Amino acid sequence: MRQIAPHSPPRLDASERSTPDSQAGESVSVAVQTGGEDWPGRPAAIRAMAALVGRLLLHDLRMPTFAILNIIHPLVWLLLFGSLFSGVTHMAGFPTENYMAFLTPGLMVMTAFFGSAFAGMNLLMDEQHGYLDRLRTSPISAGVLMASYVLRAGIMVLMQSLVILVVGWFAGAHVAGGVIGFLLVFVAVFLTGIAFGSLSNALALTLRRHDAVIGVMNFLMLPLVFTSTMMIARPAMPIWLLHLSLVNPIDWAVTIARVGFFDFNYADLWRCLPLLALFAAGMLALAGRSYRRYQLSG
Amino acid sequence: MPETLVEAQDLRKVYGEKIVALDGVSFHVHAGEIYGLLGPNGAGKTTTVRILATLTQPTAGRALVAGFNVVSDGLKVRQAIGYVGQGTGVDQHLTGRENLWVQGQLRGMGGRPLRRRIDELLELVGLTEAADRLAREWSGGMRRRLDLALGLIHRPRLLFLDEPTTGLDPESRMMLHRQLRLLAEESGIAVLLTTHYLEEADRLSHRIGIIDRGRIVAQDTPANLKARIHGDVLILTCKQEEDVAALTSSLRGLEPVRELQTHGRLILVTVADGAAAIPSLMAAVESDRLARIELRKPTLDEVYLKLTGRTLAEAEATSDAPTQEAAA
Repeated sequence: MRQIAPHSPPRLDASERSTPDSQAGESVSVAVQTGGEDWPGRPAAIRAMAALVGRLLLHDLRMPTFAILNIIHPLVWLLLFGSLFSGVTHMAGFPTENYMAFLTPGLMVMTAFFGSAFAGMNLLMDEQHGYLDRLRTSPISAGVLMASYVLRAGIMVLMQSLVILVVGWFAGAHVAGGVIGFLLVFVAVFLTGIAFGSLSNALALTLRRHDAVIGVMNFLMLPLVFTSTMMIARPAMPIWLLHLSLVNPIDWAVTIARVGFFDFNYADLWRCLPLLALFAAGMLALAGRSYRRYQLSG
Repeated sequence: MPETLVEAQDLRKVYGEKIVALDGVSFHVHAGEIYGLLGPNGAGKTTTVRILATLTQPTAGRALVAGFNVVSDGLKVRQAIGYVGQGTGVDQHLTGRENLWVQGQLRGMGGRPLRRRIDELLELVGLTEAADRLAREWSGGMRRRLDLALGLIHRPRLLFLDEPTTGLDPESRMMLHRQLRLLAEESGIAVLLTTHYLEEADRLSHRIGIIDRGRIVAQDTPANLKARIHGDVLILTCKQEEDVAALTSSLRGLEPVRELQTHGRLILVTVADGAAAIPSLMAAVESDRLARIELRKPTLDEVYLKLTGRTLAEAEATSDAPTQEAAA
């Protein structure tokens, strides 16, 4: 039992990593990447990702209650808010007389937001049943594993918001921007799903409790909705809310989607698109970081 | 000399500042061998397996699995191993077949070879009939067997089984035992098994490591471990507990008696040859005070007791707050 030493020395001796916090995280992530380079073939990673995302989408298909409720929710808003506040379009800054049409791109973003806010539940469920351990002992990278949960949220909210788009169409919300317009709407929805899906997973990995994730997300939901232009045109907003909206990712997404629908104000588009993309990337990185911290805490 | 698939050297794991889960664990597992880590809950079995399966990292020490360092070469380690953890690693919202398919994809398998392998494994674990039903409709035993199949899909050289039969009904347990033995004999796979069931360790393992409070206190073949008891155990059951002291004192100093332990109404007498010792024991005590007398060949329970001062059952019961008190 003593003659192990003559083997090649380990690249990373466990005893050197006694400092707990960020340092350990850094050195281990290096080790993970080193392993990753030796792993041959990107296609293997893509195949693994497809299998994992497919698995999660199958769950949604088999237990569609939550997914369907998440579509009904914005439709109720469309009907209630759309009728209740149909008069507000007389105020300044509305691109259309039809408030339901104005609301449709906003509600597509809301669907994406609410639909991805609880994406971390899938991961928590897998952790509690021991399935996450099975995945973590499979030869897939941490990135693929984490991204599969986030990508499922992105795909899911795209499909859900498609329903809102169709219903909105009958309410008179027509995408004026042509192919580019559709593209902008879906980019806004998808990035929202990725961003908040990532945040939800990061919270799940950090807090490790369903009720804590639900609590934080519920706390964020309405403030983010009402400090954005989801319900109202920018010029009609009180000035302090308008200032807040400038740093609100939900507002960036709504603005992009609305440019796709109504084809106006490209200055807003170029302000919001990079910000939203950056925000989504940042949240994705946060999820990855939370995952590495989770790995080390085992 | 068979290939060494697990080399654990002086593994330590400390949670927080002072909870020492592993206090220097070293052992080897060779190709084609079933190695059983036996010990109560909280002894460090699961921590050891989780370190070797790259699920957690050692605070100190070093481990090579299939020749790769578990800390710096995790991905290669994971390619070589199959892992069946304590929780069910089964996706309950998928069917058995879908579970296996996903796992195959993660292992870089696909197409017809994967489908054939899935059929083969379903056959092996006796789940062919149930394969296309959702796993959440299955019994716990069925899910456990699917778990085993999931760990085997890529024909690993080394399989980690963490308490594979805990919570299983006896029938499922027997079935799993049979499958494991078959596996080790036919495919030459190495198995690292943790358990707190003595019979399981005894029956399945080629070698056993007895683990207690984060240390391996002995490792050998079950037969050699049991030979350490140096004799048989006679268990005398007194009719009344008050008689135990008197009977014990009349046994003390008798020629064949090597060790005496009492336990409620029981007196445990270690002797070289149990059958030969009975007459002289009977002559020394008032036999009408005895309800029964039993001769036991040494089992791992006696081994465990001798090494740690507690029976495994007692260690289980106190595993939340380990104490130094010897029970006998």
